[in-house]
Amino acid sequence: MNAALQDGYGGYLVLSAIVLLAHEPWRWLGFALGRNIKADGEVFLWVRAVATALVSGMVTKLVLLPAGTLASVPLAVRGAALVGGIAIYTATRRSLAFGVGGGSAILALIEWLRAGVW
Amino acid sequence: MSVDVIAAAHPDAPGWSLGADKPTAFAHGLAVLLSTPGVVLFLTALGFGTLVRDASMTLGHAVFLSLAMYALPAQVMVVDQLQRGATLLAVAFAVTLTAVRLLPMTVSLQPYIRAREGSRLAQFAAVHFIAITAWIEGNRRLPALPERLRLAHFYGIGFGMVAATSSGSAVGYVLAQRMPLILQAALLFMTPSYFLLSTMAAAGHRRDWIAIVLGGALAPLVYVWMPAADLLIAGLVGGSVAYLAGRSTT
Repeated sequence: MNAALQDGYGGYLVLSAIVLLAHEPWRWLGFALGRNIKADGEVFLWVRAVATALVSGMVTKLVLLPAGTLASVPLAVRGAALVGGIAIYTATRRSLAFGVGGGSAILALIEWLRAGVW
Repeated sequence: MSVDVIAAAHPDAPGWSLGADKPTAFAHGLAVLLSTPGVVLFLTALGFGTLVRDASMTLGHAVFLSLAMYALPAQVMVVDQLQRGATLLAVAFAVTLTAVRLLPMTVSLQPYIRAREGSRLAQFAAVHFIAITAWIEGNRRLPALPERLRLAHFYGIGFGMVAATSSGSAVGYVLAQRMPLILQAALLFMTPSYFLLSTMAAAGHRRDWIAIVLGGALAPLVYVWMPAADLLIAGLVGGSVAYLAGRSTT
């Protein structure tokens, strides 16, 4: 464990400082900047498109370049699970539960079969 | 004075919202805990709890980070960096880079959260709940609700999501290393699936679809030459092009 966290209360103090100085200010700034934005205005449409593109970028990064345990699953399997999830989502009349659950089930099934073969 | 009493209900307004009061709106928001996004968040938080255990930090740290940050990418960053022995300044810098994405989300949710009634403080405190999951749910549900119910409903969503992520972290911490690797991978995979499918579910206009495709395609490309700001650049470029393309067709 990092030395900064070893002392009980000191550890929470360090984490609090990181949260308050490095993380929350972006939310506060968004609150301040959003004051004059209207839900049907052009600026709003642009900001929303930026946020949507950003979330989508995070998806491809998590699938193509994952960290940790997911990296042990081959890229082709991750891709197949994502495409399969989209297909199930579409086939079930846009059910998020079936799409998300189905994608992960495909991933687990292929990995389980692979582990059995090798 | 309330315009909303005379204004016709939104065509997509859920049945419960007709004539509902604020506690009801809050309760319906809280019920997100039992819906797909709540369950997915709980399951992905299991992975975070596992990671905290792996970094030999405490159960308290896992729950504290979930409550105080309530944004999984930043939480993962803190634990991962501390585990690698990074300096606190480096940790703070990395966290700040992952948190910039909260800015456009917060800005774009403001028109729904800022009802004319309701205190400034309550509106300000609500931004703590803005992270991808609550942003997606807010975007999907708030526009169809009467204005006076939106803040209360968003508070319900926020409390539900924070409860899902902190309880998930705690359970993950306790179960860590007892879960088979394949199960862990399947749980971790739910995060990108949920992000993608729910963004698709919220997409209506052509602009949204272009943003999804461009943002998704640009992020890994930008990552190659500028890993620190990849998401921000992919979002700004992809979103701006989508906005302009959407404009030219309307």
